[in-house]
Amino acid sequence: MSGAALQALLPVIVLAAATVAVLLLAAFHGGHRVVAGATVAGIVLAFAALVPARLAAPQAATPLMMVDGFAVLFGGLILLAALAVAVLSFAWLERREGRAAEFHILLLLAVTGGVVLAASRHFLSFVLGLELLSVALLALIAWPRLEAPALEAGLKYLVMAGASSATLLFGLALLYAATGSMSFAGLALDGSGAAADRAFLIAGIALVLVAAGFKLSLVPFHMWAPDVYQGAPAPVAALIGTVSKGAVLALLLRFLDGADAFALGAPAWILTAMAVLSMLAGNLLALRQDNVKRLLAYSSIAHFGYVLVPVLVGGAFAVEAVAVYLAGYFVTLIGAFAVVGLLPAEGEPGEAAAFADYRGLFWRRPWIAGVFTAMLLSLAGIPLTLGFIAKVYVFAAGVELASWILLAALVVGSMIGLVYYLRLIVTMYAAPDEAAAPGMAPAPLPASGIGLLAALSAALVVLGIYPGPLIALVRALGTLAS
Amino acid sequence: MILVALLLLLLLGGAGAWAAERAGPDWPGRVALAVLAAAAALVLALWIGADAAALPGRGGWIAEARAPWIAPLGISFHLAMDGLSLVMVALTVGLGIAAVLASRIDIHRRTGFFHFTVLWTLAGAVGVFLAMDLFLFFVFWEAMLVPMYFVIAVWGHERRVPAAIKFVVYTQGSGLLLLAATLALAAAHHDRTGIASFAYADLLATDLSPAAGLWIMLGFFAAFAVKLPVVPLHTWLPDAHTEAPTGGSVILAGILLKTGGYGLVRFVWPLFPDAAAAFAPVAMALGVAGILYGAVLAFAQTDVKRLVAYTSVAHLGFVLLGVFAGTAKALQGAVFQMVAHGLSTGALFIVAGLLQARLGTRDMGRMGGLWPAMPRLGALTLFFAVAALGLPGLGNFVGEFLVLWGTLERSIPFAAVAAMGLVTAVLYALALVQRTFHGEAPHGDAPAGPPPRDAGPGATVALAVMALAVAWLGLFPQTVLDAAAPALEALLQAADGTVTAAAGGPGR
Repeated sequence: MSGAALQALLPVIVLAAATVAVLLLAAFHGGHRVVAGATVAGIVLAFAALVPARLAAPQAATPLMMVDGFAVLFGGLILLAALAVAVLSFAWLERREGRAAEFHILLLLAVTGGVVLAASRHFLSFVLGLELLSVALLALIAWPRLEAPALEAGLKYLVMAGASSATLLFGLALLYAATGSMSFAGLALDGSGAAADRAFLIAGIALVLVAAGFKLSLVPFHMWAPDVYQGAPAPVAALIGTVSKGAVLALLLRFLDGADAFALGAPAWILTAMAVLSMLAGNLLALRQDNVKRLLAYSSIAHFGYVLVPVLVGGAFAVEAVAVYLAGYFVTLIGAFAVVGLLPAEGEPGEAAAFADYRGLFWRRPWIAGVFTAMLLSLAGIPLTLGFIAKVYVFAAGVELASWILLAALVVGSMIGLVYYLRLIVTMYAAPDEAAAPGMAPAPLPASGIGLLAALSAALVVLGIYPGPLIALVRALGTLAS
Repeated sequence: MILVALLLLLLLGGAGAWAAERAGPDWPGRVALAVLAAAAALVLALWIGADAAALPGRGGWIAEARAPWIAPLGISFHLAMDGLSLVMVALTVGLGIAAVLASRIDIHRRTGFFHFTVLWTLAGAVGVFLAMDLFLFFVFWEAMLVPMYFVIAVWGHERRVPAAIKFVVYTQGSGLLLLAATLALAAAHHDRTGIASFAYADLLATDLSPAAGLWIMLGFFAAFAVKLPVVPLHTWLPDAHTEAPTGGSVILAGILLKTGGYGLVRFVWPLFPDAAAAFAPVAMALGVAGILYGAVLAFAQTDVKRLVAYTSVAHLGFVLLGVFAGTAKALQGAVFQMVAHGLSTGALFIVAGLLQARLGTRDMGRMGGLWPAMPRLGALTLFFAVAALGLPGLGNFVGEFLVLWGTLERSIPFAAVAAMGLVTAVLYALALVQRTFHGEAPHGDAPAGPPPRDAGPGATVALAVMALAVAWLGLFPQTVLDAAAPALEALLQAADGTVTAAAGGPGR
């Protein structure tokens, strides 16, 4: 392997080394703060290593990975999300007893898998990255191993991950049978393929899309999401919603581009159907939730339905739109889960997940309620938040496709979405129960949690009002090298 | 820069009003009044300076501020004021003062956050009236919903939460159509010229195929029609207006509905002259339907706020009719009607709020015979009711008359049917006075006790000032017409030579 290839792979190398380092550190010096600090430092170093990787890009590193502007862009997004999740995990774990070192090691492993996926251009790295991510997530979901909901969530995720991996492998096998290639770029038909090869190709791509549909919790492969989001610790739910889904989406973009999938017709129809179903069903099912984590799970289903619209456009616009969308969604979702995870529930230990915990929150804790309101408004795509810019891109994509069904689903889905976001918001601004616990000062949040919420809110509003630099950065970076 | 200052004044003033709650629950209202007084002074200065500065025709603005905003997408922060914007902004600030004064009736808790939301709603509306970049317009259009939602959902009456959510879902859902249409228009412009731009002046010249023009125009129309409201899309309005607190109802009826009418005047005609002309018969029919249907429903209400809310449907039917008649007279009438309706209906909502505060009910079945106890309020109510029914000499008459006259030049049947709205307006306006202040007090369940207090000095002064304004509009309509006329002429010229030719020049 050349020096340039090593330079390009530096972020992955740093992450892997950090995982080992934290593992050793945990073995000899198990203190929570030290381990968490080392984890954060590892992620920051990996992020810094994106600079030399960018200088080397576009650079093929082994046949498995291509470190181009695209990989740097999505790797950077994933690492920033991971950083926020790591800080959130630290604040969340401070409240809980027991060993916490493993949590951080698993977190680093999952992030490594995500960064590998963003640069992956070959079946092998595809499967490797995905399994690294899934196995680590599985352990993280079931981390509160004495709590039944977490175990249930872990089991469900295990079954889902197994099913989707099997589907994926079958699909990849079909693709190999059709083209004799295991790299994405080798999948594009040159027009001379026999009809049977073409059928294999379409079937293979369809199965890969199904596997991706599982990971992105798109309808009709979404059943696991609400239970897993509800049972998993809040930081892990945030990790699933951002790092895991973001990495799979980035991979999907590269895969569809390499395979020139939309030229085949059928894949576009499959994605369109999944997008429309996710937007409508995700939002409709969210209407009936009274658990905030389940609500966010259904909202996540709908949001990944939205983001499929720019994916369908393809080309440079898809990369730009998806990157901006994910940036907005990452900030918003981690912010929302930070509030859920750090706000103590009324009168009992654990997370504040029930609507009742939020009743009158604004009059008790105006800042936290204000932050949560901003996050929910961003999810709803209201202007002056980053979520609005993301939504503009999705609508622009729908207009570009001139697809009435997608535009109609976008409008109807957003309208339904507004109802449940507003229902949660109005709960926070309802008059508090005067009888319950008068005069009791609410427990303060940990300083790290306050810092995280402040940083995320600032990013949400500043980039929401002035997104020019973000868009320019995405445009400068986001190019796919073949 | 004075426009940016106006916006910042309202935004920062809102934050200041919130902070002022520490000094006591009365202070946010005082701060809000001071802020709005300063804003009114700014607007007055603009109005006085306008005559010399306002150039008729395109390109001339009373005031302007422009800065690059989201450069990669060709979006700029461009505020500009012509005569039309000036009239609408003046209405916004004036009714803002009335709304803050009216809030003394029923806002006694959490006054800081309330006045914050009120001022931010006003800032959003001012932004809507000033934005000359379509993306910026959309941002203000959507952003003003959020504080208004809080006004209804936190301080409203019994069924406030469903009403508030319905309000936002209707307006935001139609707003998404506006967003899609805006993006499609910008994309079409980009395809033609290769330049990414959302600037109003750039997009005016976009050459669209008839089919694309019609669909994009319908996207704009849908958003404005929900806000105005146009009849099949009006069902959010009675709920939101009835459940909102008094100040909120004043802002909703007086200002937010006008953003829809403003959008029709500013964007639909000039951007899509052909599509709008093709669509005009449908829109005019909807306007006439709104005039009659709103009046019939208003007459049938027993809730005093609902009655006033449905009168808005009827009055704004005239606005829709006037805009799509497309003649200079009708367009001026539509703008005039918006101003007059804002004042008279805002005042009637204050009356309704006072009645509810004094009697504890909005049910007119439990009112009646209130005149002896509340003579001042009764007299003022009678005044605004006859203004609403279009008595000559008062503001609403001028607007409706101009709309009908302008429509007559375009279509005699529409004008004839719409004229019946003047008759139906008499029914509901007089029914309002009859059922509340005249007649017998209800028997039976009326609790024995002191008669309800009359309107206090603050409310009386506010209502009296609004009454004077309505009378001024009726007696000296040129004040508003002269201010708006050059802008409206320019808009009609932008629309097409054919439209102005048919209208035979501006009518006074």
